[in-house]
Amino acid sequence: MTAVVLDSVSMSFNPGTNREVNALDGIDLSIAEGEFVSLIGPSGCGKSTLLRLVANLVEPTEGRILVNGTSAEQARRDHTYGMAFQQAGLFDWRSVRRNVELPLELAGWDRGRRRERAEEMLALVKLDDFAEHMPWQLSGGMQQRVAIARALATRPPLLLMDEPFGALDEMTREHMQAELLRIREATGSTIVFVTHSIPEAVYLSDRVVVMSPRPGRITRIVDIALTGDRDDDTREDQAFFAGITEVRESLRAVEGYHSHGGVDDR
Amino acid sequence: MLRRAARKTALFVLAVFAVGCLWEAYKVIGPVDGGSVFGWKIIPKASDRAMPHTWDMIARLLEPENRSGGSPIAVTVAGYSWYTLRLAAVGLVIGGVVGIGLAVLMARWRIASRAILPWVIMSQTVPLIALAPQVVSWSGKIEIFGWEWPRWASVCALAAFLSFFPVAVGTLKGLTSVPAAPLELMETYAVPWRVTLVKLRFPAAVPFIIPSLKLAATLSVVGVIVAEISTGIRGGIGRAVLSYQQASTGDAEKIYSAVFGAAALGLALFGSVVLLEVIVNRNRPREATS
Ligand SMILES: Nc1ncnc2c1ncn2[C@@H]1O[C@H](COP(=O)(O)OP(=O)(O)O)[C@@H](O)[C@H]1O
Ligand SMILES: [Mg+2]
Repeated sequence: MTAVVLDSVSMSFNPGTNREVNALDGIDLSIAEGEFVSLIGPSGCGKSTLLRLVANLVEPTEGRILVNGTSAEQARRDHTYGMAFQQAGLFDWRSVRRNVELPLELAGWDRGRRRERAEEMLALVKLDDFAEHMPWQLSGGMQQRVAIARALATRPPLLLMDEPFGALDEMTREHMQAELLRIREATGSTIVFVTHSIPEAVYLSDRVVVMSPRPGRITRIVDIALTGDRDDDTREDQAFFAGITEVRESLRAVEGYHSHGGVDDR
Repeated sequence: MLRRAARKTALFVLAVFAVGCLWEAYKVIGPVDGGSVFGWKIIPKASDRAMPHTWDMIARLLEPENRSGGSPIAVTVAGYSWYTLRLAAVGLVIGGVVGIGLAVLMARWRIASRAILPWVIMSQTVPLIALAPQVVSWSGKIEIFGWEWPRWASVCALAAFLSFFPVAVGTLKGLTSVPAAPLELMETYAVPWRVTLVKLRFPAAVPFIIPSLKLAATLSVVGVIVAEISTGIRGGIGRAVLSYQQASTGDAEKIYSAVFGAAALGLALFGSVVLLEVIVNRNRPREATS
């Protein structure tokens, strides 16, 4: 089964008014189960909108979307995906553990099972010692790990992430990237990941989807041919640099890339 | 937390002491018979009849109500205050529930907000004194499932009428200023609106609701006292202020006993909201607490 299918999907905000924005146009993309796919492109090219379409937070104006073999709406109702945003968005009034329990609580799990699963997830993101802390007592990177644990709590087969490390400093960010790959190894989740950073996309992904703005289109899909485990050495690998060069050149070809300047070359 | 509470208490005591000092200082420098500015009598009289010495007022608290005997007036006044405090507390609870309820309706449906908000705002332009006799006249006329509307219920209704307003406005503000990101997160869980209300909007609105309840607490006390005075209901501090005033010739300190009682009960109700605040905020970050 394919995890995500977008079939000639277009999306306009405020259609038929003078404030119409054609955010996405003719998107065809299919993502295999267990695959790690990054979306990259200048800001405003519709990366978030694409992710929100898959999450069924907005409806497409045209086209068809399948998520885990069902309609996007059904997938949302069945909690078959988890989502993480740039802002961790933890609830200040809940302890770390109770934040992770939130989706379980809403899905009607009983207390004991909830607690057990939350602790398991916190162990997965290496925060088991912080279960009873309050979110505001944690650093930004730790908060983001809690948000990932929350997104994974119901063990959804699909994880949607919108620039989850965008607000973190470079060191934390590289650490989080390695952690994410480890978590993915442990859970086998399919991951769709929006980013501004070329090295981040290349380091993490099996495929990098390069997009262009107005209207948002997929201009190129770059296969990343990194062999073996990805670790710190990967960042000095020849294939890593080759991937970076290829993504960068695809982005250069994108009209408006320089004037938008939305992509980090780091 | 405790240290902050101790500091606040110390500051409060200091402030009360400072007011006492200013009072006495004015008695030293102020004109005994008051004075006028451009013909307006606005400079207060510093005579012992108009402004008794602070120590005389405190000493008076220990003497009986009618100088002839009985328990100290402080005890009598405490009884009146207790009566009024209970009415004000009921008024605050009703006002709080009504205010929060209206806010939820308005947050849920924009139409409701457009229909209700103008009335909520207009309600506060009606002078309480004009309303009080009407509401008090309900007693004896209204019967709900065999429960006859008593006069004290009218007083509570008037207090609620004043106190629901800040709660409605504050809660509405809180419920509708939740950031988009957590709302979107709740949307990914495909839960109905009322679940989002309970799990997200309400807890997020607490920093707005608490200050509005503090305002409502003081308004509720004002409401009860004004209602007591304008309708002449017995047993409360409002009535005591009135009767002490009428019988105060040569006993100016007596009025202030009632005034102290009113102040104390206002503080008590306000304090209960602060207690609530401490409880609900015990796990929240500092920014939200202060
Ligand atoms: N709610 C909205 N209403 C109207 N236009 C929107 C809305 N959300 C996004 N857009 C527009 O859609 C385009 C794509 O936005 P977005 O998907 O957020 O881009 P990206 O995430 O790639 O920066 C932008 O031009 C943006 O202004
Ligand atoms: Mg975006």
